[in-house]
Amino acid sequence: MADVNRGNRPLSPHLQVYRLPPMIAGVSIVHRITGVGLGLTAVLVVWWLVAAATGPDYFRFVDAIMTSWFGDLVLTVSVWAFWFHFLNGIRHLVWDTGRGLDKMLARKSGMGIVVGSIVLTLVVILAV
Amino acid sequence: MRFLTDYKRVEGLGSAHDGVHHWWVQRMTAIALLVLGPLFLFRFANALGGSYEAVRATYGNWWNAFIAAAFVITAMWHLVLGLQVVIEDYTGGAVRVALLILVQLLGWALGAAGVFAVATLAISA
Repeated sequence: MADVNRGNRPLSPHLQVYRLPPMIAGVSIVHRITGVGLGLTAVLVVWWLVAAATGPDYFRFVDAIMTSWFGDLVLTVSVWAFWFHFLNGIRHLVWDTGRGLDKMLARKSGMGIVVGSIVLTLVVILAV
Repeated sequence: MRFLTDYKRVEGLGSAHDGVHHWWVQRMTAIALLVLGPLFLFRFANALGGSYEAVRATYGNWWNAFIAAAFVITAMWHLVLGLQVVIEDYTGGAVRVALLILVQLLGWALGAAGVFAVATLAISA
C-alpha cells in the first residue's frame, strides 16, 4: 500500500469524468456554493452590527443599504442558503455515522433538502 | 519509498500532523450552529428594519448579545475551516498559501469585529 502511486493521482474536484445527478452531486456542489456565499453574507451582517455600535448616522447609512430592494434580495437568498446549508449539514452529520448512504435514500434526502430549504425560507419571510 | 510502512504514514497524526482535528472541529462547530444559527437568524431578521434605538435595545439585551457573539465566533470558525478545504481543493502553490493566510486573517478579523460590536451594544445599553 505504502509504495503505490503516491504522486500521480487525480485532483480532488475531478468533475469531467462523472455524471452529476442533481439530487446527489448537484446538492453537494450547492452545499459548497452556499457555504462560500454565506461567508459573504457574514461580512454584511457584521458590517451592520458594527454600524449599530458606531452610532446613529453610520447605522442609518448601512441599514438603508441592508433594507433596500437589493439588500432584501441578497438577504432573502442568504436565508435560503442558510437553510440549505443547515439541512444538508445535518445530512452530512448523519452520513458521518455511516447511515443514509444508500443511493436511492441519498436521492430522497437530497430532494427533502431542496424542498425543506424553500419551506423554511418562507417560514422566515412570513414570521418576520 | 518501499521502506515506508503504513504505520509510518499515520504515525505522528499523519502528513498534516494534526490528525482529524480539522474534521472534528468542523463537526463540533456544525453541531453548535444547529442551535446558534436559527436563534441568531430569527432575532436578526426581526431586528433588521427596526429603528436605530430598537436595534440597540435588541442587542442591549444580554441574552440576544450572548447568542449573537457566540454565533459570530462559531460561524467564523466553521467558515474559516470550510473555506480552507475549498482553497485546498482548487488551488496550489503560492496562490494556495496566500489565500489560506488571507482567509485566516480576514475570517478572524471579521469574527473579532462582530464580537466587539455586539459587546459594545450590550455594555452601552
